[in-house]
Order: sequence, then C-alpha cells, then structure tokens
Amino acid sequence: MAQGGIGSSVKRKEDARFLTGRGTYVDDIVRPGQTHAVFVRSPHAHAKIKAVKTAEALKAPGVVAVLTGADLAADKVGNLPAGWLIHSKDGTPMVEPGHMALVADKVRHVGDQVAVVVAETKDQAREAAALVEVDYEPLPAMVGLAQAIAPGAALVHDQAKANTCYDWHLGDKAATDAAFAKAHKVVTLDLVNNRLIPNAIEPRAAIGEFDRVTGDLTLYTTSQNPHLIRLLLSAFTMGVPEHKLRVVAPDVGGGFGSKIFHYAEEFVTLWAARRIGRPVKWTATRSEAFMSDAHGRDHVTHCELALDKEGRFLGLRERTLANMGAYLSQFAPSVPTYLHATLLAGCYTTPAIYSEVRAVFTNTVPVDAYRGAGRPEATYLIERLVDVAAREMGMDRVDIRRKNLIPKDKFPYQTPVALQYDSGDYQATLDAALKKADWAGFEKRRAEAKARGKLRGIGISTYVEACGIAPSAVVGALGGRVGLWESAHVRVHPTGSITIFTGAHSHGQSHETTFAQLAAEKLGVSTDQVEVVHGDTAKSAFAMGTYGSRSLAVGGTAIVNAIDKIIAKGKKIAAHLLEASEGDVDFKDGKFTVRGTDRAKAFGEVVLAAYIPHKYPANLEPGLEESAVYDPKNFTFPAGCHICEVEIDPDTGVTQVIAFTAVDDVGTVINPMVVEGQVHGGVAQGIGQALLEGAQYDDQGQLLSGSFLGYTMPRAGDLPSYQVGTEVTACTHNPLGVKGVGEVGAIGSPPAVIGAVCDAIGVRHIEMPATPERVWRAIRDAKKA
Amino acid sequence: MQDFSFHKPQNLAAAVDTLKKRPEAKALGGGQSLIPVMKLGLAAPSDLVSVAGLAELRGIKVDGKELVVGAGMTHAEVADSAEVKKAIPALAALAGHIGDAQVRNRGTLGGSLAHDDPAADYPAAVLALGATVVTDRRKIAADDFFRGLYQTALGADEIVTSVRFPIPEKAAYAKFAHPASKFALVGVMVAKGPAGVRVAVTGAGPGVFRQADMERALGGRWAADALAGVAVKAEGLNADPYGSAEYRAHLIGVMARRAVAAAG
Repeated sequence: MAQGGIGSSVKRKEDARFLTGRGTYVDDIVRPGQTHAVFVRSPHAHAKIKAVKTAEALKAPGVVAVLTGADLAADKVGNLPAGWLIHSKDGTPMVEPGHMALVADKVRHVGDQVAVVVAETKDQAREAAALVEVDYEPLPAMVGLAQAIAPGAALVHDQAKANTCYDWHLGDKAATDAAFAKAHKVVTLDLVNNRLIPNAIEPRAAIGEFDRVTGDLTLYTTSQNPHLIRLLLSAFTMGVPEHKLRVVAPDVGGGFGSKIFHYAEEFVTLWAARRIGRPVKWTATRSEAFMSDAHGRDHVTHCELALDKEGRFLGLRERTLANMGAYLSQFAPSVPTYLHATLLAGCYTTPAIYSEVRAVFTNTVPVDAYRGAGRPEATYLIERLVDVAAREMGMDRVDIRRKNLIPKDKFPYQTPVALQYDSGDYQATLDAALKKADWAGFEKRRAEAKARGKLRGIGISTYVEACGIAPSAVVGALGGRVGLWESAHVRVHPTGSITIFTGAHSHGQSHETTFAQLAAEKLGVSTDQVEVVHGDTAKSAFAMGTYGSRSLAVGGTAIVNAIDKIIAKGKKIAAHLLEASEGDVDFKDGKFTVRGTDRAKAFGEVVLAAYIPHKYPANLEPGLEESAVYDPKNFTFPAGCHICEVEIDPDTGVTQVIAFTAVDDVGTVINPMVVEGQVHGGVAQGIGQALLEGAQYDDQGQLLSGSFLGYTMPRAGDLPSYQVGTEVTACTHNPLGVKGVGEVGAIGSPPAVIGAVCDAIGVRHIEMPATPERVWRAIRDAKKA
Repeated sequence: MQDFSFHKPQNLAAAVDTLKKRPEAKALGGGQSLIPVMKLGLAAPSDLVSVAGLAELRGIKVDGKELVVGAGMTHAEVADSAEVKKAIPALAALAGHIGDAQVRNRGTLGGSLAHDDPAADYPAAVLALGATVVTDRRKIAADDFFRGLYQTALGADEIVTSVRFPIPEKAAYAKFAHPASKFALVGVMVAKGPAGVRVAVTGAGPGVFRQADMERALGGRWAADALAGVAVKAEGLNADPYGSAEYRAHLIGVMARRAVAAAG
C-alpha cells in the first residue's frame, strides 16, 4: 500500500502555512489601486427610510463614492435570490420577498445595509460613513416568533401576511393521529432550539475588481462555494455572464455554513468596483459579523411522542415555528423543512410521523444553515422526547432507546418521512459508546461527586443524520433550485506528480490532505506527489462546493471516478507496452501487471509513455488527465451515540462537562486524525449550543449579544478531553463507502449534554443554553416542588 | 478610532503638565481599557499621555504596616511579586485572575482604578482592604475614591502614582466570572484588618460597593456560616442575559461565603 493511503493519519499538508501564519486569506490580498468600503448599517430593527443624505460624506477626505439603494435600483441589479422553494400545505408557494443588497424603502433588522462608502483608506471610509445621514421613521419591531404571528402584528414584508413565509407539513397526519389515539402513553414537550451566531474565526471579506478593457470582473470572497457565488452573481445580482466573472475563495478561516450564502456585501464590492473602475475591498469587523452573518437554528417547537405499554414508539408529531429573520437567505427555506422534518424518525422504528413547520419573518438577522442545519434541531427534539418518555414511563434511558433502534438487518430502511437509510448498525455504536464511557460505573462516580458537594449527571443521545447532499433529481422534486452534484479533474503530469482540481472548498476540512490520500491509495503514489487545487472558478470546473458534509461523499467520489478513468486509460497504455491484452492487465500498488506473468510496468513508466507516446496504442489520445462528475444516488446517513457527563455546582448552577464520549459511524475513514478533529470541533459547538451560546435580542430588536462580551463562544476551559471512536458500516451507494463527518459532532451532542444536566439536577427538561442562572433556578424550583 | 496625539513624558511632572495643558487629553496606562473604549468610538481623546513606564509609578514595597504598589505595575507583576504574595496573598491571587495573560502583561493597577469599570477586580481589593490611593498631588481613601459607574474622585489631570494597602490579618477574593466576558459577574473581597472587617462587591452593581450587613455579621464572628442569615437585596443590582439582579444577589452570598472560607 502507498504511504498515506486510506486509513492513515497523514499530517495535514495545510498545517505548514496555517501554523506559521502564511495562509492567504482575502484580507491578506492587496490589489493595485485598491479602495476600501465601509457599510452604513441600520441602527433600527424596523424603520422606514425617509431620506439618505450623502452630500457631507461625499465631501469627506479620500472619498471616492457613496452608493445607496437608489443607485442599485438605477442599475437594475442587486436582488439576492432564495435558492429553495417551499410550498405551503395548501399548495401555495412560499412568500418570497425581494432582498436588495442596499435597502431603499425600509430597514428590517439592526445591521441592514443602507449605503456603502468607498474611500482611499479604510479609516477615511469609516469616518465618511459616519457622515451619511439617514432619516428613519421607526416602526414596531417584530422580534419574537410569537409576537410576529400575533394578530395585528406589524408586517416585516407587506406581502407576507401574519409574517408567514410558508406553512408546510410532512408525513401522514391521519396515520399519526391514529397512532396517538391507540397509545398507552403520550409524552409532550415544548422546547426552544436556541439561535446561534456562527462566528467563524475569519470575518467575511471581499475584493471586487473590474478590468475596463476586457470587461472581466473578479471577486475574491470568503466563500465555501465560489462557483455557486459566480452563478448567483451571473444569473441574479450582477447579471454578467460567467465567462466574464471569476470568483476566488482562497484560504478561508472557517464557515460552518455561514459562508455558503451569497451576501450583499460581496456583491456590492464587485458592483462598486465596476462603477468606479478600481478594486474595492471590504472586511467585516467582528461587530458586523454578529449583525450580518446568517444566524442558525431558532426554532420554537411543541412535540409529542406516543408509546405503547412496553415503551415502543408508535408515533411522533411536532409543530415548529422557524425563524427566517428579516429576509430569506439562500437555503433558509430548506433548513426547517427538508433538512429537519425528514430526520424525525431518527434512528428509531417510529412508524408514523407528522410535522408542521411555519416559517416566520422577524426583524432579526436572517437565519440559515449552520453546522448541522435542521438535523441538530430534529435530533434534539427526538432525543429530548425520548429522555422525557423514559422518565415518565419509569424506564431506563438506554433500554428505551435499545428497544426502538432500527435493527441492523432492516437496512435499507424506509422511514415514514421520505428518507431511505442505506446502512447502519446503531446497536454497535451504542454498545461501543456505553463501554467507552463506562456507563455501567456511573452511579459510583455520582456518589463520589456528591461527597464533594457536586451534582453529577450523565446523558446519552443516539442519532442519525442525512448528509452527502444530494441527488439532484430528489432536490429538484423538493423545491431546490440547484443541482447538487460535484466535479473533479485529475491531471497526471508527465513525471508522475498529480494535481487534483475539485469543486469542493476546504475551509478547515483538510481536503488538501485527505483528497491527496485518495490519489495515494488508488494510484500508489505518495501524498507529497499530489496537490489539491480548489477555490477558484478559473481553475476548477463548475461544482457546488462544501456544506452538508458532502465534500468527500460527493466530491471525493467524483475524484475517485476520475482516477478510475486514469487507471482505465493506463491499462490500455500498459497493455500496449507489455504486449498483452487490456483485459489481462491489473493495476495494484502503483504497478500495472499482466495477470499470470511477472511482466509489469510502474505507474510512472505508463505516465511517461502517455506524454512521450513513441510506443503508444493507435486511436488513443496522448496525455493523462480525466474529469468526472458525480451526482449521488442517495443521501448518506452517519449515525452514532454521544454520552456526556457533567458536574454541577448547586450553589451557583455552573455546569462543567467532565467527560464526553462520541462513537460515530461515518462510513469508511480516510484520515482518522482528521475525523477526530472534525468530531472534536463539532462537539465543541454542540456543547456551546447546549451550555453557552445563544443570540439575545431586546424587545426593540437590538442585538444584546453583539460581541464576545455578551455572546459566549466555547473556550478550551469549557471543554473536556474527548473520547472519540468510530464504528464502520460502509455507505452502499458510493465507491469509497464514506458517509461524512463534518456535522455529526454538532448534531449528536446537544441532547447528550442537556440530558446530563437534567439527570444531575433531577428535572424533566431545561432549555438551552443551560446557563448557570437557568440551572440554579431549575435546582431551586425542583427543591420547592 | 479617531486620530490622537501620543505623548511619552520623561517624568510625572511632565505628564501632569501635558494633561493640564490639553483638556481633552487622557492618561494611558497599559491601554487595556481605554484603547478598546476608543476603538468602539465611546471615547475620543485628543491626546494620550503614556504614564505606565514612569519611574514614579513603578515598584512594590512594604512600608511599615502597608504594602505599597506602584500604579504602573502590571497585573502580572503584582501577581508574581514575592512581596505581594507574602504580605497580601489575596491581592496577588486577584491580580493573577484579571482578564487573560495579554491583559495581565499590559494592564496596570493605576489604569484599572482610574477607569473604574464596574466589573473590574482591583476596585474590590482597594475598597475591602481600606487602601489609600496616592496621586501626584494627594491621598484619597478608598471609601472616597469610587463614585459609581466609571466615576472616581480623580481630577481630569490627576495621575494615580501608587496604592497603599494596609496589610490585613485575613483576606480573600472570590470571583464568579461572566460566562462570555470573564469579567466579574460578581466578585467579593473580604478582609479583616486594621480598619476592621470590610466586604467589597464588584460586578454586581453600577460600581464597587461595601456590603454593610455582611461586615456586621463577620465583625461578630469571622466564619462563612456567620453569613447564613444575611439576606442580600436584588434591588439596584445589574441585570443582563447571563445574570439577573436576583441571581447576582444570590451569588454575592455564595462568593462572600467562599471568600471567607478561603481566607481561613
């Protein structure tokens, strides 16, 4: 086997530049004649714009241009599109209000962009931006979901009656109601899935550039999917054909979903660059990131679980209010629907499920996909219900799960909510996690903690998620306006080194290493001989980018398919060189051999022959590079079991996570170290959601948690040393058997943490984030009761 | 941040002179409070007068029954000082938990007191220990120094040069850190010293304050359980999403008991 092939923990090729501060991020790029943009943002959550006065700003030193929504309207550009159409129960399409990149009529959230100032320096732009005078007429701010749908509520968009974007459902209502009617026990729960602010370490940034002579436009931007941004710029915001547009997403410092979307600012920098004929650069401040990066989650849910006498799940139903924020971000409509309700079977055999989701506009930052996107919300809902059911049925939390897990011999398994799980062994991940976490020995640890005055609790979550998105035909049938295939191009150079061009984008995922491992494994070369190129529409073919844990399952499969074409062509060349029939040539460990003989040609020899075709098959083109695209046949379904142990200080309510065990089945593991790292990061964000993070608005729509002084990101001291393991059932519908690991940590962990808190203090439920004060109050209320 | 002129005077007199001549000037210690405030546009001084390195503001020594700490000493220097650890270990421990390592290596005692953030740690020590704040022109008792939210007795051109801490018999500081900012959501310093028992609370209210009921209880008997009957009122305390006034009032009790227990 080649060094660094599948299954080896190859050290990351990326680390040399990242760990020495030599990465190239958008803000590091300086273009000749570059100017700087600063946005004028709304201080109001909801207000009519009566006038925007730019004269004073225009007179300020260094100012090149001050542009407003009126200028956009005059150019007939700048309407940001939604990428997914949801139909309501009654068949009507969702309400799809426009979203202008600079608003002219009214502002709809604090931070909404009203104008942009372009100046020679950033300081000059900032000072001039303070001179732009906007006359606002404040309107009532619709902040909370209940407030926004109440009769007589002010409308965020006039066309969205009762501030409703859509009122959607999934599942068989009659069958579900029948299941509840015959239930021995019905468990109900109201819960909130708290709004999160992604906070990638690198704030968003963009540089727009225009070549007056050729008409070429280039956008450097912090994106997870440069091709998608080019498509949207071309078809919607800029209206310029793709061959005149290049989008470059260089090193990107984290995205977690928040850098999928086509944002106003990147479009405005490009549009402004074309207007002034000079490059325009914008880099968000952290404060801007808080009020303009799409937020995540924000569901308010009522859910119910029906059980028989033995604790078998008979039915599940839920009603969710999902916050869209002030505008429809690109994939926002799909998150609480097809990425959420379709997962409500979880890893259980629940036969009847019915979900109703009403999406609501509010005067808050738009909400869209954030690590897990819909699946953490589904997992949290299911696992909280299961814990409460165990409590109310007097059952053990492990037993009730075991009783309802889909047995491993039932795959492929068709759920009542549209998905067909291809493979899994949920008992195996459960058993492995219980053992690793020493679940059986917990009561001893609880007693020992009690002696120290601490309340110790343990929580468990068994989950499944759907990722590797997604079959284009399925996506299209469900309202998606894009295909979700992926492209790859593999170029073998004359002396045998390899460049892989991928449409996937690495912003923390380590593709430069793991994709090189695929080539190492398949072609018997060292990873040092392989370079992975991504993030530039001028280099790689059109593809959809990185999100939904799809890069390996979809993009990696495209790479493998391209490599298979290389091998197939290599066999033709080798057969010719070895004077054998093509059917008798095998390729293994970097060598072409003739079956049953000792005749062989090394990969390098065959490559050289392809470029110096002196002795070469007739009718075969010289050179050795191949392309492939892959449109997946199904979603992939990673699953696993997370167990969390906490200790709580009863005097203060402070919760410390003492231990966290994650055993995940992410399919075939390419690089165990990278997989562990992905799980660590995801679990950190899950613990963050459960205990620390939560966006807070006041009733005027001001973001109280608008900085790190008020928004608690997890710190190293908040996290335990993780115990991470994997169990493998191969995905049945892609050649590598891979499923995806990017989101499992954030999906599986929150209910395990909250379960542990509830177990420690003996309560039925506590809302996220379980802050010290919330926990202290819960302890006090439990004592009173 | 607005443009400003930066001054690096050679001595204290020159620093005071610059402040007097420029009414919009501000003295700059380690820049860990003023610079962030300026970055947020909440302050825009015309001039910054750097005082942290002035010889008159440096040094730590024991002078009779007092520990004298120069106002220009960084939190890290105070935390690591053998003299401080020996004389008032609670003060060294408090300084060692201010902010993060970067803040401790830059921020100064004088800067912290002049800024008087309502959630800063040092004001609790100064008030509980009954310290004296020494400036370029006078001495100010702790009880007279703090005037509520970001307000002190200092004149606009006045520079803190040192703080004289009476060495207590017993003292300890217990802090409940705000989950996000790590400032004190509630910090309580207790001390039994020459001036009797003093309890100072930071973070919980609009400025550092003394808790008279606790002082009476501990004056009667120095023990954590002596505080059991003391009810702390929530009225007038701060509230934010991480801590209501009621929770802060509760934490004052918890932190005070922990501080007394730690002081021994």
